[in-house]
Amino acid sequence: MNNDKLIIGGHEFESRFILGSGKYSLNLIEAAIKDAGAQIITLAVRRANTKEEENILKYIPQNVTLLPNTSGARDAKEAVRIARLARELGCGDFVKIEIMRDSKYLLPDNQETVKATEILANEGFVVMPYMYPDLNIARDLVNAGAASVMPLASPIGSNKGLSTKEFIQILIDEIDLPIIVDAGIGKPSQACEAMEMGAAAIMANTALATAGDLPLMASAFRQAIEAGRKAYLSGLGRVLVRGAEASDPLTDFLHD
Amino acid sequence: MVVINGKNADVAGTTILQYLTDEEYNIKTIAVELNEEIISKTYFANIVLKDGDVMEIVHFMGGG
Repeated sequence: MNNDKLIIGGHEFESRFILGSGKYSLNLIEAAIKDAGAQIITLAVRRANTKEEENILKYIPQNVTLLPNTSGARDAKEAVRIARLARELGCGDFVKIEIMRDSKYLLPDNQETVKATEILANEGFVVMPYMYPDLNIARDLVNAGAASVMPLASPIGSNKGLSTKEFIQILIDEIDLPIIVDAGIGKPSQACEAMEMGAAAIMANTALATAGDLPLMASAFRQAIEAGRKAYLSGLGRVLVRGAEASDPLTDFLHD
Repeated sequence: MVVINGKNADVAGTTILQYLTDEEYNIKTIAVELNEEIISKTYFANIVLKDGDVMEIVHFMGGG
């Protein structure tokens, strides 16, 4: 268990909880990171329009890896532009590709995501593409140089849980990269279930941002993710198709 | 006119650095793209904005 590291693009992490930083107060970020035990936090790149805007980096401890996303991008070209700007901001080579054409369901555009992954991987980025769980696309992402694959559990921000469970399991079974379940995980039990299935990590944002007590929920997620990981590593017990089996030895003497 | 973050600005003739300084941007926390090319901070003082340029000034904010 001590040697159980999450490895993304050659970088090692102990934590398997990737934290989002959207939709909550900057003042809560430090507590969220600490209580989540997170070593990776996502950020967005946006136009800087006013001089008063606060610098989010001030709230993030130095040893936490920054994972800028390309949200707002509608095609590969825009995602590549955002990723390059993020790198120019001077915070490393990690990038989470997020490309959405559809504004109602916010579903990722898998084809454009493959294109952007290839371009950015060739430029030396550690590319973590967010995608709709599809085995063929996941294989294309591997070939394009992705460092992980991030399938959605259900529509982003919905807190609906593992709607795509069967298809995520296929990716876990067939793809030789960390499968990080991203989007739609609404509560710790769902994060735990994904980890039991063999997911390498969980990314969550809205589940925390919309919780009553954000740091407490961060801590609950952390424990659930750790529990799920331990369960996966230990190997889940089998399920009986029919009947029952006593868990204590059957004693005879009371009957005779 | 120069289009900066989607808005017209009458700043042709000034350098990128001058514009950013006038607008009180924190140079450390932003990145600049001019006509879809990233401009390294070291060139901010050398590049003069001209009519028709399109500049984007971005920074990090919270996101998932």
